[in-house]
Amino acid sequence: MFNLDALDLARIQFAFTVSFHIIFPAITIGLASFLAVLEGCWLKTHNQVYKDLYHFWSKLFAVNFGMGVVSGLVMAYEFGTNWARFSDFAGSITGPLLTYEVLTAFFLEAGFLGVMLFGWDRVGRRLHFFATIMVAIGTLISMFWILSSNSWMQTPQGIEIVDGRVAPVDWFKIVFNPSFPYRLMHMALAAFLSTAFFVGASAAWHLLRGNDTPQIRKMLSMAMWMILVATPVQIAVGDAHGLNTLEHQPAKIAAIEGHWDNKPGEPSPLVLFGLPDMQAETTRYSLEVPYLGSLILTHSLDKQIPALKSFAKEDRPNSTIIFWSFRVMAGLGMLMLLCALAALVLRRNGALYRNKAFLWLALLMGPSGLIALLAGWFTTEIGRQPWVVYGLLRTTQAASNHGALQMSVTLALFVVIYFSVFTVGIGYMMRLVRKGPNAADARHTDDATARRPLSAAD
Amino acid sequence: MAIQGIDLSIIWGVIIAFGLMMYVIMDGFDLGLGILFALIEDSRERDVMMNTVAPVWDGNETWLILGGAALYGAFPLAYAVILEALYLPLVLVLAGLIFRGVAFEFRFKAEAHRRHVWDKAFIGGSIVATFFQGVAIGTYISGIPVVDRQFAGGALDWLAPFPLLCGVGLLLTYALLGSTWLLIKTEGMLESRMRHYSRPLTYLLALVIVLICAWTAWIHADIAQRWLAGSHWMRSLLLAVLAVGAVVMIQKALRKRHSHLPFIGVAGLVFLGYLGLAISIWPNIVPPGISLWQAASPPSSQLFALIGALFIIPVILVYTFWSYHVFRGKVKVGDAYH
Repeated sequence: MFNLDALDLARIQFAFTVSFHIIFPAITIGLASFLAVLEGCWLKTHNQVYKDLYHFWSKLFAVNFGMGVVSGLVMAYEFGTNWARFSDFAGSITGPLLTYEVLTAFFLEAGFLGVMLFGWDRVGRRLHFFATIMVAIGTLISMFWILSSNSWMQTPQGIEIVDGRVAPVDWFKIVFNPSFPYRLMHMALAAFLSTAFFVGASAAWHLLRGNDTPQIRKMLSMAMWMILVATPVQIAVGDAHGLNTLEHQPAKIAAIEGHWDNKPGEPSPLVLFGLPDMQAETTRYSLEVPYLGSLILTHSLDKQIPALKSFAKEDRPNSTIIFWSFRVMAGLGMLMLLCALAALVLRRNGALYRNKAFLWLALLMGPSGLIALLAGWFTTEIGRQPWVVYGLLRTTQAASNHGALQMSVTLALFVVIYFSVFTVGIGYMMRLVRKGPNAADARHTDDATARRPLSAAD
Repeated sequence: MAIQGIDLSIIWGVIIAFGLMMYVIMDGFDLGLGILFALIEDSRERDVMMNTVAPVWDGNETWLILGGAALYGAFPLAYAVILEALYLPLVLVLAGLIFRGVAFEFRFKAEAHRRHVWDKAFIGGSIVATFFQGVAIGTYISGIPVVDRQFAGGALDWLAPFPLLCGVGLLLTYALLGSTWLLIKTEGMLESRMRHYSRPLTYLLALVIVLICAWTAWIHADIAQRWLAGSHWMRSLLLAVLAVGAVVMIQKALRKRHSHLPFIGVAGLVFLGYLGLAISIWPNIVPPGISLWQAASPPSSQLFALIGALFIIPVILVYTFWSYHVFRGKVKVGDAYH
């Protein structure tokens, strides 16, 4: 219908399944740490508000975690089913890294999750707290390995090519490849921010409906502190990540900036907005600020930033998409900062919990963390094209030998299943949010109903 | 690929085989439970069934991810061509596991009148995932044609009588693992119904195992050769005798209303089947033509991952055991966890 070949379909399938998947681990990572903090605060202060919030958010955590597990299982097999040539080429690197993720993270999460969700009456308080912390640490370790693997594909090092395939030479260099520390920090903060905005929006929704309780206030307050601390750090990390990309993947930067030419001796402008056209090799309707490109990316007024025309046509990433996905991410980052500062100002006289305009802002910003996170991943992944392993293996050489028909059928299957299953799951999460921590906890204390598999939610 | 006389490929072969066996037995009873769900109509009994595995199913499924990841790291070529060859059955396995996995949670969150949707998703997901796992194993045993490091067969090679029979065999295996697991974890009506189902399931499974063995020997002369040539027939005979012993033991334990022994017997039978499979393909990892060593990643990859595996797998076993210990004992109707 759209005249897509098997490779296009494989790429769409990967983009679709991984984009859907990443939403759940991002929230899992944030909520697991949030829960550990809540339980720690409760153990220390014996303030019931923390325990109520723990029970409330652990229900949401359970639903979200389950969806992360099943959508993640798909990813673990998709490398082989859809990208067999890539797996054969680079499996000696990405395989062991994934193995470490399973060994050090997935089992840790799964092993302690049962106790965390269902073990309140079966183990002591300290042991339960320990289980919560293990789950939280598991989510962070998981992120460590998968981002190491992804970063190695972006900035490969520590290897040699033997018989046309990758062979590891120095594992330290492989794991701690040049873009890894930046990407890891950027993703960790993105996960925390996504969760904080989700928690904050949940609280704002209740406050706007007049459901003003200590639990709701605590939620909003904790979320806004998190946002206040994490947003400026995230902006600084993002800037450093950009400079790192400039060093290792200049074509990606050129495409992000929609910057085609450098005139000799002239500093590069920054294209604020425009429509990059890959065929015409220009950015249409562009609104440029002179010097600013050089200033932001080289921190100088005379050095030039890379231009797309200096790369062979077949080596250019698609600027039309990542020019905009980058701006969506960066723009939302600025809105986040605004939200954080507004919260700080309103906090002084308690208007934080009453100011309608602010609460609306917090509610509307609810999905902003996840949208920015997805936009960022689109930027870095599409920006890596046309390579799957940067400079070493082109995406066109990476796919399995499936026909377009087979790929269409499986893509349709995934689309139908993901939308029918995960939208229902997200709907259930929203319903839990609507019930709020108070009602949920009242149910909890006189809970004599059946054991609730992988959740206590109802 | 040996480092100082240690053959890393063999060690990894054993680790992957161990991981997949853990998966088959542990997620086997979870999935079996989903299959048996169809036979139990009382919603409270269904709650009990789900609750017997709610705290552990996720860990059980993780063994499947370990199997995939370890294959990827230690034998990338095998990971690439096996998964490429089994594309459609594996997609259906994953689809089944998605419905099965989310049903654990969604079932209790759905409005009462919608709950049946997730009950059906649980049953359907379990059956589809199990059946196509069996189909995948059957296709694998039948051999995967590889030319120039790429899968050279057709997209529908799995749609053949032998893989489909293996799918049926695995449905019976998991159902029996599930029914005997419930003997350990439940009581009363549910337990006696499971005891009632376990007997015919055992006989049916034994019959299908015999069929699969005979069929394998009939269509694969090379595998028959491995079973019977030279002194190998003694090894095969021993396996057969042990398998008969396991079936007898299961039936006897069922008669004596033993709680744990039937499950142990079934797990033993699964282990024997697994051993038989290993003998049939050894030392190939992609039958009929690619050996462990040909598919291996460079020694530095295998060694790097092995260091972690040897330290961490024992720890995983300890806390997995601990988690089962925390949730030991029978699950009763109306039991609450908090």
